[in-house]
Amino acid sequence: MKTTMFKLGTALALIASAASAEEVRVYNWSDYIDEALLEKFEAETGIDLIYDVFDSNEVLETKMLAGGSGYDVVVPSGTFLQRQIVAGAFQPLDLSKLSNHGNMWDVISTRTAAYDPGNAYSINYMWGTTGIGINVGKVKEALGDDAPVDSLSLVFDPANMEKLAGCGVHFLDAPAEIIPAALAYIGENPDSHDPDVIAKAEPILTAVRPYVQKFHSSEYINALANGDICVAIGWSGDVLQARDRADEAENGVEVAYNAAKEGSLMWFDQMAIPADAPNPEAAHTFLNFIMDENNMAAASNYVYYANGNEASQKHLEEDVIGDPAIYPTPEALKTLYTTSPYPAKVQRVVTRLWTKIKSGT
Amino acid sequence: MKRFALISIPYFWLLALFLVPFLIVLKISLSDTELSIPPYTPQLDLAQGWAGVKEWWAALDMENFVWLTEDDLYWKAYLSSLKIAITSTILTLIVGYPIAYGMTRAPDEWRPTLMMLVILPFWTSFLIRVYSWKSILSNEGLLNQLLMNLGLISDPLVILNTNTAVYIGIVYTYLPFMVLPIYSALERLDESLLEAAEDLGCSRITAFWLVTMPLSKQGIIAGSFLVFIPAMGEYVIPALLGGSQTLMIGKVLFEEFFANRDWPVASAVAVVLLLILIIPIVLFQKNEEKQREAGK
Repeated sequence: MKTTMFKLGTALALIASAASAEEVRVYNWSDYIDEALLEKFEAETGIDLIYDVFDSNEVLETKMLAGGSGYDVVVPSGTFLQRQIVAGAFQPLDLSKLSNHGNMWDVISTRTAAYDPGNAYSINYMWGTTGIGINVGKVKEALGDDAPVDSLSLVFDPANMEKLAGCGVHFLDAPAEIIPAALAYIGENPDSHDPDVIAKAEPILTAVRPYVQKFHSSEYINALANGDICVAIGWSGDVLQARDRADEAENGVEVAYNAAKEGSLMWFDQMAIPADAPNPEAAHTFLNFIMDENNMAAASNYVYYANGNEASQKHLEEDVIGDPAIYPTPEALKTLYTTSPYPAKVQRVVTRLWTKIKSGT
Repeated sequence: MKRFALISIPYFWLLALFLVPFLIVLKISLSDTELSIPPYTPQLDLAQGWAGVKEWWAALDMENFVWLTEDDLYWKAYLSSLKIAITSTILTLIVGYPIAYGMTRAPDEWRPTLMMLVILPFWTSFLIRVYSWKSILSNEGLLNQLLMNLGLISDPLVILNTNTAVYIGIVYTYLPFMVLPIYSALERLDESLLEAAEDLGCSRITAFWLVTMPLSKQGIIAGSFLVFIPAMGEYVIPALLGGSQTLMIGKVLFEEFFANRDWPVASAVAVVLLLILIIPIVLFQKNEEKQREAGK
């Protein structure tokens, strides 16, 4: 008993000393960084880095709105960031502490300014698109060589979906991404906040609902890589990770990603500092470290997502910067659309519509 | 004084761990959602003194409970949860009773081992055990592979992402909660009562129905409540094993809280769920007491 007490005492002393040493707590998406960078940060700055991960914007937002999360750096997506800024969850960045801020890419920062006016509260970490991942062989088998693999009609035309149902189709369980896609397919404004326009997505989605095996936001990575499913509406980098896993497994599965020619959603994951961050000083040091051109390039080379850092581009590997699925061509960039957060009343309409589509009630 | 202190401890815990959290939830259910930290209004401002309290009190209303009656989603979800909870309680009883009965019939020296086997799964995380059911029930899972290798079926059975998988998950998870109370009721059973019944001409089966069953009633009731109550509000099992058509109130609650960011409506759903659970239990206990008194 005595020894336990003693150990407990030392443990508490250790915790206390760790708290007095400088530390920074970062909360980022899972599988979203090269872990070697985390060690490099600690070695370079001498700051202890505590790195936690989450897997949905909703979980992060609930922590932010409850307050007192204890994190110094968090990574919400654009629309969520915008709402949390309004709620007063973040503190403005001190640019004098961010010497690498000049590395940022204006093509991206002009777009992120729509969520964070003047980019006062956040820096872009990664961005990507929501499009269509396919198992090339199986889709051709089901629909022939001229299958519309770069069109939303692949997933929203019941005639195509009926033939694809046999080999398996997954949709993201993310109403704020699927409903805009359905609106883009019928030529409506994907960013509409008008409940009457949003309602037009319902018949499109209800018509293909019987052929969707599952609504899920991460299972499709493995399912595509294993050949369990042949089509998924998913996020660019995740589908490309599935492509790599299939290559590594040498299981004969060929995965490809296409943004939709009717337009795909472009999203941004932004690093920001909570208003009640325990150590904003160290948080700025971390942001500056991430904005270093070499570090940002290492992160993108590892996770297959594009970043908002222009200076890093010369350090990117050819299969990242040269892949139009990651860095779209300037023409393709023009077809991409962005969305803005739904007001609370419209959010309720969207969630209700989503429940109705998924469960039939 | 000593006695008072002794009694007050459990009441203090009840107050701190049940009543206070419930009152907080009730208070939030009467608020309105707002984009702030925390995301609801009004906030109680004690700095303003009595006027602040009055202002706060005036802003509370029943709006969210009215909202629950306006959309049939909530009633359907409550009913669907009720159906799933009742069905799984009955299934757990059917599976659990023979296990408990078998344990009491086993030789004395085996009992601690059997008891251990029932409790053993608790040593592994609940989440991991539910996840492992995914790999058993999936189309390429162990169960389908076994059945197909035996030649019993030619196409895989679709179990995962259906309500069947939810029932399997609930029965598996809550089985020990059914077995243990029934076991402890049966263990106290006086063997001579059964002998007497047989001496008076009962067959073994009638003796079981007329003597064993009624005497284990308290165990059955305790076990059923222990399964029914958590099953009613279950979220994890339907989220992992059920399909998107599985409608349960736990899932609706999650969506209100996380997707709609509407803490007040989520709290209202939780308050109604608590009432749905508590009222029948209180009525049941009242009835039990009455019967006991009538028996005297």
